[in-house]
Amino acid sequence: MKDWRYWLAEQRGTLLAFAIFIVMFAIYSANHPAGFTANVVQTAANKGVLLAFVAMAQTLVVITAGIDLSVGMIFTLTNCMASWLVVGTGLETAFGVIAVVGTGLLCGAVNGAIVIYGRLQPIVATIASGAVYFGLALLLRPVPGGSVNEDLADFLTGRFFGIVPASLVALFVVVLVIWVPFSRSELGRAAYAAGSSETAAYMSGVPIRRGKFLAYTLAGLLAAIGGLFLTFFTYTGEAAYASGNAYTLFSIAAVVLGGVSLFGGKGSAIGAIFGALAFRTIGDLLFVFDFDPLWQPLFQGVVLLIAVSLGAFALFRVRNRLEWFL
Amino acid sequence: MSETTLGGIAGRMPKFIRRADPAVVTAFACIVVLLLLGSLYSRSFLSPEYLLQQLKVASFLGVIATGMMLVILLGQIDLSVPWSVATGAMMACAAAAYGTVGVALAIPFGILCGVAIGIVNGIGVAYLRIPSMIITLATNAVAQGLMVVYTGGFSPQDSATAAMRYLATGFAVPAVPNAVIIWALIGAATVFVLTRTSFGRAVYGIGNRERAAYLSGIDTRRVVMIAFAVSGGLSAFGGVLLAGYASKAAQSMGDAYLLPSIAAVVLGGTSILGGRGSYLGTVAGVILITLLQSILSVMQMPEAGRQIIYGVVIVAMLLLYGRTPANR
Repeated sequence: MKDWRYWLAEQRGTLLAFAIFIVMFAIYSANHPAGFTANVVQTAANKGVLLAFVAMAQTLVVITAGIDLSVGMIFTLTNCMASWLVVGTGLETAFGVIAVVGTGLLCGAVNGAIVIYGRLQPIVATIASGAVYFGLALLLRPVPGGSVNEDLADFLTGRFFGIVPASLVALFVVVLVIWVPFSRSELGRAAYAAGSSETAAYMSGVPIRRGKFLAYTLAGLLAAIGGLFLTFFTYTGEAAYASGNAYTLFSIAAVVLGGVSLFGGKGSAIGAIFGALAFRTIGDLLFVFDFDPLWQPLFQGVVLLIAVSLGAFALFRVRNRLEWFL
Repeated sequence: MSETTLGGIAGRMPKFIRRADPAVVTAFACIVVLLLLGSLYSRSFLSPEYLLQQLKVASFLGVIATGMMLVILLGQIDLSVPWSVATGAMMACAAAAYGTVGVALAIPFGILCGVAIGIVNGIGVAYLRIPSMIITLATNAVAQGLMVVYTGGFSPQDSATAAMRYLATGFAVPAVPNAVIIWALIGAATVFVLTRTSFGRAVYGIGNRERAAYLSGIDTRRVVMIAFAVSGGLSAFGGVLLAGYASKAAQSMGDAYLLPSIAAVVLGGTSILGGRGSYLGTVAGVILITLLQSILSVMQMPEAGRQIIYGVVIVAMLLLYGRTPANR
């Protein structure tokens, strides 16, 4: 096979997610009352970027064949923290941003430590750690409130040169600074290898523990960046259980739409980003077609159900029935 | 094994203690410790009324955790518990609004809705081979969407039927709440099914190695499907009882049951990887979780602190005896 065919096979999920997003966004903007304007794009970008960050976080963990059911709660916790800390003068704001991002790293590292070094099942361990993070969020913000440095918030949620949404640029920078180096590093490879076949990777002397630990830690960091942006958009912090849970759920949907295999070892955060943007656009399609917003949760649920059921098509390729039982 | 490390003491102990799962023993020991701690805090903690009240509250969780245990024994998980509970409760209350027939059919209808959710989960897991954690999250979202559309986003106005209230709060036998009797009946049935029927043996077999179970002639897909349907039905029944207890259904009534039901099963020594665990352990886990919740609320711990302690306790207990084997 030629190189480009390898590349195509590797990126198929990502390209598919990109295509879904383009089609959905075309339908969305064509039917939007305001049409395809910088304003519409900015609003859509701001909503989509939040989920994109959380979906990236989920991707890192899913690649290692794990799952992080606490991403939504880290997102909520950092939102509450940011509403206290990211205020005041430039220096104070900078300190606040560092503190919030550091908290995310710490949450991710705790998840990684209990899953990898404590050898607990990721599902139960992260549900439990998610409860702790939500409790902390509730301690910080028993009632919604707080504020944020509005100059910074407006800068990061506005537009550059009147056209390019700043949040998309921020997303791009985060991809360049975190995802690209990670996926090309030795530890990033180890995370992929661990997800693909942990035993084989272990036997080959791949540093799977450190690779997985880095993946969980960076997932916390990315969720924290998402929480930071949520604060920039809403100007407040709120410890909302339902919204944290919804973000966890949607991050899984985005990951699946983005072509990341839930069995690990396959996919990329870029795909998950397009998956997230596509998922958000699909959810918002209801609004441009004037449906009752009450139908939105059901609609999103059905999209999620269909998205996860698509994986079942792999069954048609099964030649030996024993392959059902992985 | 561990018996030899205990040496002579274990040799003199009755057989059933020597054979007991260390996790179950730990869980029961923790219950005793919690009771002692509680009695230091308040004298009424050891009174029969209080203990019976705790048992009654525990029975709702117990019914839900029974279904969760079946699924976990298979090596799967059911994350659709929150909205299965709410759907069961809401649909039972909704049916009650349709005349006398509706009132009569309220409880079966609620349970049936839960079974329907469970069947969708079961088809996804068993026949479409979708990871259970993913498909159950998705059906949970769909169930939530359906209920939001049905109720218009508010808690429904229909109230529970007299039969539901009787099941949850009545006393058929003096001094023993009905809810406890129901839990005991469901528990007895579960023990029977798990230990005395081929279905139960198949559940353990599949949990250990589904491939081997399939090769030995078990229709593993049907067993998995039935287990998920039962789990959905029991969650919904838990919801029906809760609606009877509170005399109405509420939007987020199920949210508080997902983590506790998983925790109760896992703390009771059932392996999260499947294939290993006893119902006695689940009973211990349920009582342990309920007591912990009760003590935290007696101490007037705010919700935030409760969530934190809860998460920490579960992680700590899992680290004690819920670890998976290391790579070799």
